[in-house]
Amino acid sequence: MKLIIAIIQPHRLDAVREALTGIGIQGMTVGEVRGYGRQRGHTEIYRGAEYTIAFLPKLRLEIAVPDSRADDVIDVITRSTRTGKIGDGKIFMLDLEQSLRVRTGETGDEAL
Amino acid sequence: MIDTGNTAWMISATALVLLMTLPALGLFYGGLVQAKNILSVLVQCFAVACVASLLWFVAGYSLAFSGNGPWIGDTGALLLRHISRAAVHPGLAIPESVFVMFQMTFAVITPALIVGAYVERIRFGAVLLISGLWLLLVYVPVAHWVWGGGWLAARGTIDFAGGIVVHVTAGVSALVVASLLGPRHEFPHGIRPPHAPWMVMVGASLLWVGWFGFNAGSALAAGGDAGMAMLVTHLSAASATVAWMAIEWIRFGKPSLVGAVTGTIAGLAAITPAAGVVGPLAAVILGAIAGGVCFTAVLLVKRVIQVDDALDVLGVHGVGGALGTLLLPFLAAVGAGGVVSPHGVAGQFTAQLIGVVSVALWSAAATFVITKLAAVTVGLRIDHDGETIGLDFAAHGETGYHVMR
Repeated sequence: MKLIIAIIQPHRLDAVREALTGIGIQGMTVGEVRGYGRQRGHTEIYRGAEYTIAFLPKLRLEIAVPDSRADDVIDVITRSTRTGKIGDGKIFMLDLEQSLRVRTGETGDEAL
Repeated sequence: MIDTGNTAWMISATALVLLMTLPALGLFYGGLVQAKNILSVLVQCFAVACVASLLWFVAGYSLAFSGNGPWIGDTGALLLRHISRAAVHPGLAIPESVFVMFQMTFAVITPALIVGAYVERIRFGAVLLISGLWLLLVYVPVAHWVWGGGWLAARGTIDFAGGIVVHVTAGVSALVVASLLGPRHEFPHGIRPPHAPWMVMVGASLLWVGWFGFNAGSALAAGGDAGMAMLVTHLSAASATVAWMAIEWIRFGKPSLVGAVTGTIAGLAAITPAAGVVGPLAAVILGAIAGGVCFTAVLLVKRVIQVDDALDVLGVHGVGGALGTLLLPFLAAVGAGGVVSPHGVAGQFTAQLIGVVSVALWSAAATFVITKLAAVTVGLRIDHDGETIGLDFAAHGETGYHVMR
């Protein structure tokens, strides 16, 4: 199993969800997070004073999938979030040791 | 003889002016600070309102409005012992109780305006001590000088609704307090932006509505003066808003909400002293000038003087109020609906200038002494950790936003 973590622009969430549903991915967890990468934040102006916003709002998606689906998921997320502009985000893939569905006690791929 | 129409309007106007402090000013200021300080700003405004009300009852009203001495009133109305149900305010057709209460709401908002100078770092005890002393030593004498039959009234200085009494006193004093208190420790480059611009807009909108009570109520009767005051107040606010937005659009490429509503308040402060003597065209012109001048003043305080008057009390209120006070002799004859001074433009301008300068000097000197006194007694600043944690928890033991359920 793999755990895919994607940091995306908040306004791309619906596109990602629709695309993942389209390839049969059943669930994900989303969190509102803040961060910066190479874009290093931006500036905002209030009453003529410039404020540096170092941490920009992003969404962090977590999707656990069987090994066989991991590449598809990464491909779909990439296609539905890429605008070509700085700040599009990043995708990480981790090996996932175990999973367990709390209600039934199922484990492994069955629990995904 | 009490006029029921006038009385009904003045009771309504009084309620509108209190709305300007609770909650309007609290929201206007509260949205501009960091999320960790939102409650501290609200409780500062709320507490100042209550302390000022009690001091107004004890001695403020008497020293401002009882007696006709040049410098200060008398003790004839201490603890409002002069009042009765039948009492009519001399020269007006409204009950004395209503006049006392209407003026009380002005005494409430003026020290509360200074909150904008010291947010995010002051001790709560210092807020109460400074506000209380300031009400009695700055607001009360100046209100007497201008509105209570004191020396500026005798000199012919026109301040219809408080350009001098409210906005110059608060603006100048704000700079003195902020300067003695010192800047927030991230000032000027690490300051966090306003946490809730929408809240700033809600506050400014309520201030705008409340200002109709403030300015049209200052006619002290329900008639043509009140109607014209309301009209010119509204037009100046709209004009200053458009001016500020235009400046931001040209300079920064985008017009902002916080900028727009800041322009609104600048336009309202500027029309305040002039609302009894200018007509609609003059109001539009005054508003536009106020938008531009206050925009520049805000930048000057931040970049040139480099005092952390955190929410721009001097740049918006002080400069706006002074501007309207100084320009009203010139604008009274512009367009229809104005009242030209019998002293002529030059004579009236001299009276206005004397008013602004003398009140600014008195406000600065008295506020300096008051703030120093607070520094050696209750202490001015919260400790560094408290400032970092935020005043909500550090000073009041509360948190504004519990985001996890």
